[in-house]
Parts: sequence; structure tokens; C-alpha cells
Amino acid sequence: MSLVSVRDVHKYFGDLHVLKGIDLDIKAGEVVSIIGRSGSGKSTLLRCMNGLESYDQGAIILDGMEVSTDEFQVRKLSQSVGMVFQSFNLFPHLTVGENIMLAPTLIKKTSKAEAKKLAQEVLEKVGLGDKFGQYPEKLSGGQQQRVAIARSLAMKPKVLLCDEITSALDPELVGDVLKVLEQLAAEGMTLVLVTHEMNFARDVGDRVVFMHQGKVHETGDAKTVLADPQTPELRQFIGAVL
Amino acid sequence: MGYELNFGALLEYQDVLLAGLWMTVKLTVVSTLLGILLGILGAAARRHRNPVLRHGSKAYVELIRNTPFIVQLFFIFFGLPAIGIKMTEVEAGILALVINLGAYLTEIIRAGIDNTPKGQIEAARTLGLSSRQIFIRIILPPAFQRVYSSVVSQCIIVMLGSAVVSQISVQELTFAANFIQSRNFLSFESYLVAALLYLLLAFLMRLIFNLIGSRAFSREEKQS
Ligand SMILES: Nc1ncnc2c1ncn2[C@@H]1O[C@H](COP(=O)(O)OP(=O)(O)OP(=O)(O)O)[C@@H](O)[C@H]1O
Ligand SMILES: [Mg+2]
Repeated sequence: MSLVSVRDVHKYFGDLHVLKGIDLDIKAGEVVSIIGRSGSGKSTLLRCMNGLESYDQGAIILDGMEVSTDEFQVRKLSQSVGMVFQSFNLFPHLTVGENIMLAPTLIKKTSKAEAKKLAQEVLEKVGLGDKFGQYPEKLSGGQQQRVAIARSLAMKPKVLLCDEITSALDPELVGDVLKVLEQLAAEGMTLVLVTHEMNFARDVGDRVVFMHQGKVHETGDAKTVLADPQTPELRQFIGAVL
Repeated sequence: MGYELNFGALLEYQDVLLAGLWMTVKLTVVSTLLGILLGILGAAARRHRNPVLRHGSKAYVELIRNTPFIVQLFFIFFGLPAIGIKMTEVEAGILALVINLGAYLTEIIRAGIDNTPKGQIEAARTLGLSSRQIFIRIILPPAFQRVYSSVVSQCIIVMLGSAVVSQISVQELTFAANFIQSRNFLSFESYLVAALLYLLLAFLMRLIFNLIGSRAFSREEKQS
């Protein structure tokens, strides 16, 4: 059974038909890269998967739960799905450690001591073990993004959604973040990434989903699809980004 | 200038003056604390999903901001007893100050809240926080920090505005000055001293608020 199952999902923003019948299955442990031109609906699809955005038709089942924007449902889903954003979105008034401990203590009722241990653990994992007491504004973009990943990991999600998480970073900081993702992939974490990092999609990813005008236009094994695209649209897209 | 200043004559009334000053301090502390609380609740109501709360909060702000404070005060003290709500001068004075400060702070804090980056709220939702947790833990602290200096100024304005409650015989600083000059006719000295004391209070308030602010909003690395 798949961990995430998207069935014929349609989404409108007013009159704008943004998702036009998306079907997608993601198995546990898979690393799926969603690529496509700006406006093709990549972010919208990702945001529909954890209830940040509603959809108008079809169904999304994640870890056995129906995804909806209902607050209760979103909170339940948060135990299974994490999300990392392009703009980091760390809470500026909390230290790195507090950012990470917040959800485990509030939502999972983890004890303070345990949450602290957990936070330190995930921080080590992203290579920032020494930043526990620091405030986000004192960190570089790449470090902030790794803290954001650590914050998601502390909730022990089964799948991590990443929306262009390296796009806002200076080029020299991108590598550190990708390295963390690569390590997560190696540990068997299910990753769904909207990305422009074609090398990463090819080398680390299992599967590529190419979106075009609100549809999954072409999909398949990452290496095969990127080396030998079947549709002219994907060929053109790869030509443009490489 | 043919007028001879006579501050010495005020010494006789120093107890009255100090009692008035003390009352002003008490009025200010209580109405500042409750006013800030009311302002936070008002701002929370402004973004509540219940439309009654949203509109109610807006109506409250408009009502208070567009009517004179002294009329609000008289309404509470002289008007409300007509429908059976009676209170002492001090209670009425505090209530009027709190309601007044709460309205202005609702607007100020709301402005801070409106500037919350949407992504932070989404991140919090994704982590599983409830709407209430998001408001209290994620939205409010940075919003309050953003508008802190305006909050402080408004609290000081209300401290100064508390002079008006002398009109319903609350025996605060201005009441004391009125009282003294009605006895010894030294208006110049009485009101000058009162003015200096208000100035001192305003200065102290700013100092205290700044101390609290720099502690609460520090972004120095925390030792764990
Ligand atoms: N909240 C919204 N309200 C109205 N239209 C929206 C909203 N969010 C997205 N859209 C529109 O939906 C379409 C798809 O947007 P989406 O953000 O999913 O694209 P994307 O593939 O992620 O693009 P990008 O690569 O630029 O991030 C775009 O035309 C966009 O303008
Ligand atoms: Mg996008």
C-alpha cells in the first residue's frame, strides 16, 4: 500500500483551474522529485498533501488518513507529514532549540527533558549541534533551513514535503542542505521534493514527476526520465534548466 | 515679574500630594496591565473566525476612539447607575481607563499581528499547533515586540489621561493639585509641581517598560 495516494485531484483558485486531475502514489521510503515550470501547480499539489490548501475534487490519502483543511484533521496529519518551506519560517522569537521543542512538547506532550534530548539529536543530525541556544536571526540561510528540517524531523514524520527548500539560498549554502536530504533519503525517509536541482533529482531521487499545466505530464524512474524524456515539453524543460 | 514663587507653602500639603501621586501610580499600574490584556483579547477577537467577535471588537474600537474620554468616564460613573450598575469613583475611573486603553491597544496590536509572515503560521499549522496555540505562541510575541514602542506610548498617554478621573473625585494627583490650590491659591506652584510629577512618572514608565522590553525581547544566545 502506498504512503501517499493522490486520486484524480482537482483544484481551482477562483476560475483558475490549477490542478487538473492529479494521480500519484508514493511508497514509503521513496524519494520523489516534482519538477515543472513556474505556475504548473507544484506547490499547490504539495500543499494539498498536508491540508494547507483545499482541493475541490478527488481524494488524497496520507498514511491512511483523508487529507483535508479541517483543523482537527490537519493536526492529526501533522504526526505523519512534515513540511519544509522555501522561506525557512523559523519562529524568530524562539531559540533554535525552542523552535524544535515546541511541537513535540505541545502536541505530543513529550516531557521537557525528553524534548530537549530529541532536539539536540536532530540538530546533530543536520550538523548544527552547537546552535541550540542561538536565535534564528544569527544563523545563515543554509543553517536556518537545516534547523527547519530538524524541527520537522522532531515530529518523526513518515513523509517530509519540501517546497524548493534551496531556492532562497546563496549557491554556496545549497550543498549543506542537499547533503542533509541525501542522508535522510539514505536512512529511508520518504521525501517529496519540489525542486530545480536536477542533479539531485537524478542522483538521489527515485522518481521524477514532471508537472505541466496542472497535470502530471510525464513520470517515471528519475534517471531514465531525465536522461531520456519522452514528451517534447519535458525535453524542453530539461533543456531550459540544465 | 511681580509674582513671588512660594513653593514652601506646598510643603504643608505634601501628604495630600503624595497620596494623589500614589493614587495615580495605582490607577496607572492597574489600568496598564488590564488594558494590555484587553488589547490582546480585542486583537485576537479581530481575527477570530466568529464574525460576532470580529465585528464586536471593531465596533468597540470605533466607539471608544471616536468619543471623548471624559464622556466615557461620566457615562460609566453617572450613567450606568441608571440601569443599576453602581461602582465607586476609583472603580469607575479604572474601568474607564482600561476600556479606553484597551481600544487603542487593540488597534495597535492588531497592526503588529497583521504583519506576521504567513509562512510562519503555515509552518506552525504543519507542525500541528491549534489556532489558539498559534496565536499565543507564534503570532503574539513577535507582533507585540513589533509594536512595543507604540504600546508603551499609549500606556503613557493613558497615565497622563488619568488626570481626567479627578472629575469624578478620584483623589489622584490632579485632584490633589486642585485641592491644594483651592486652599492656598498658589495655582502656579501647585500645577507646576503636579506637571513635574507627571513628567517624572512618564519618564519612569518609559524606563521600566524599556527594561522589561530589553529583557523580554533579547536575542542573545541562551545557555541551556
Ligand atoms: N493562493 C492563491 N490564490 C490564487 N492563485 C494562486 C494561489 N496560489 C497559487 N496560485 C496560482 O496557481 C498556479 C499554480 O501555482 P503554484 O504555486 O502551485 O505553482 P508552482 O508550480 O509551485 O510555481 P513556482 O515554480 O513558481 O513555485 C499559479 O498560476 C498561481 O498563480
Ligand atoms: Mg512553487
